[in-house]
Amino acid sequence: MAKRFDVRQQNGFVTIAMVCFFLLYLPIGTLVVFAFNDNESLAIWKGFSLRWFHVAWNNTLVIESSIRSFQIAAVAAILATITATMAALATTRTKPYRGLTFKYAFINQPLMVPEIVTAVALLIVFSRIKIWTGYSGLGYLIAAHTAFCIPFAYLPIRARLESMDLSLETAAADLYAGKWQAFRHVTLPLLWPGILAGLMLAFVVSLDDVVITEFVKSGGQDTLPTFMLGQIRRGVTPEINAISTVFLVLSIGIVTAFFFFSRKRT
Amino acid sequence: MTAMRPAVEAKGVTRVFQGTGQDAVRALDNVSVSIRENEFFTLLGPSGCGKTTLLRLIAGFDFPSAGEILLYGQDIAPLPPFKRPVNTVFQSYALFPHMTVAENIGFGLKMLGKPKAEIEARVDAMLTLVHMQKLKSRRTSQISGGQQQRVALARALAPQPKVLLLDEPLSALDYKLRKEMQIELKRLQHETGITFIFVTHDQEEALTMSDRIAVMSSGKILQVGTPWDIYDHPAQRFVADFIGETNFLDGTVEGAADGKARVTLRSGARILATTTSDFRPGSQATLMVRPEHARLVKAAGDLSGTVETVVYFGTDTHIHIRLADGGPFIVRQQNSRCAGCGFEAGDKVGIQIGDAAAQMLKD
Repeated sequence: MAKRFDVRQQNGFVTIAMVCFFLLYLPIGTLVVFAFNDNESLAIWKGFSLRWFHVAWNNTLVIESSIRSFQIAAVAAILATITATMAALATTRTKPYRGLTFKYAFINQPLMVPEIVTAVALLIVFSRIKIWTGYSGLGYLIAAHTAFCIPFAYLPIRARLESMDLSLETAAADLYAGKWQAFRHVTLPLLWPGILAGLMLAFVVSLDDVVITEFVKSGGQDTLPTFMLGQIRRGVTPEINAISTVFLVLSIGIVTAFFFFSRKRT
Repeated sequence: MTAMRPAVEAKGVTRVFQGTGQDAVRALDNVSVSIRENEFFTLLGPSGCGKTTLLRLIAGFDFPSAGEILLYGQDIAPLPPFKRPVNTVFQSYALFPHMTVAENIGFGLKMLGKPKAEIEARVDAMLTLVHMQKLKSRRTSQISGGQQQRVALARALAPQPKVLLLDEPLSALDYKLRKEMQIELKRLQHETGITFIFVTHDQEEALTMSDRIAVMSSGKILQVGTPWDIYDHPAQRFVADFIGETNFLDGTVEGAADGKARVTLRSGARILATTTSDFRPGSQATLMVRPEHARLVKAAGDLSGTVETVVYFGTDTHIHIRLADGGPFIVRQQNSRCAGCGFEAGDKVGIQIGDAAAQMLKD
């Protein structure tokens, strides 16, 4: 019998895989290692120390921008997820019609338009609004983040809805559930893992954003990424490594927690 | 109330599906049928005949293009499904995967806003009815296909619907389980006294389970009757062909009276056939003879031919014959100890058709 094709038995598979992993993880590994460096330099190892974690923790600017980042990410992710859920329901619980593909593209626009274009556009629009209204709070950042987070929340929710058996909703209607009851008792519980996945993705994407935030933020509204960008311009110490490491651990923690949570539910 | 009053009536129901461009599909074409209270009524037909469309219209998952659907005299055609006292057992069962067996069965009652104690009592009664008490706290993904089938039945019966609709519910089960569930369904219908409307493309299933059958084809109901009526007195060639095995013979009518007609077959043989409608002498007619109503003889008989194959089925034997005029003919003989019937491929044989065995059909 002929052997089935197995990519793992191709020549050089292991080598290529190792090179890829090496390139992916070497920079991150280096970053984490030097976060524990007892030296001013990023490149010269002196000894193990938690000193830069202390420095970062005692830097009020770091703490303030971190809190701001989390506030924006939390609000934007929740708003984006609610909007994305509604959009996903509206684009899957309908018969296909002309223009539906256009709507997909329209909803996913932030994935396709270069971020810098959105950033400049928002800068111009928001500066006008700031002059008219006099308001210059976090609302602008939250609005901007919500907008570009929508497709990230939309995609997993839509995927989940599309794989869901439509006859379940029909069965609910048959068993005297009105539209809202059917949604609350059948669609929503089954959709929940998709919604959580969307929420997490949106949260992480918002937390990570530099370009749009840099353009839209007013004075004193640095998020952690824009703060770090500013720091680097002034010369880098392993404090940046320490902050990045904490960020990394938090993201891994969130994603892992979500993974186990969603697995239990389905 | 008499047992004869109609539970469900369709009056001139048409459903047109607008296709892409000009072509529209008439899934149902001016269908009228009356389904009695407390009967096991089957919609039977090949796929695409409109039987599932009719069921969906009664359930409220779809709405007619024209016509009325009456439930105990009230037009329910415009009502959404959750306002109709009618429940469905789906082909795919459509059990809620995030709920337990008991929660699934209680769902309809919960949506109706029944008090908790009443729901619990009713769910327990349903679990007993379908013999599933032990599995009440299981998830629906943790039970077998046959058990899921029972849960789907219990869930649809729990709110005590006026009519239960079953959309090919047995098609996913293997042969043995299907036979078991056929008996189980008959028992449930008898015990609950609810009108069952059952959709199937399996003629054997329809014959064994139904009080009455409607045979459908191309969006129309061709015949409504008891299994006996449908099998022995099909009104049309399509019905005769779809239900069971049948031999068709061409002939010329010589004279008809009192539901009997004298017909000359193409082979020249003359036989007596029953008829339900008028045929003028001299007109062409199709005759139908069920394989078990014909008898093979060594010589003479109404038709002659050559045995082509002999197929043994355990309880009976099917003998395929090529007639002298070239047409095929099947005779089914019950096996008894004495005879392998003594017929072998290549034998010249005669076929005897009894007086009531042949029936004239409209095309």
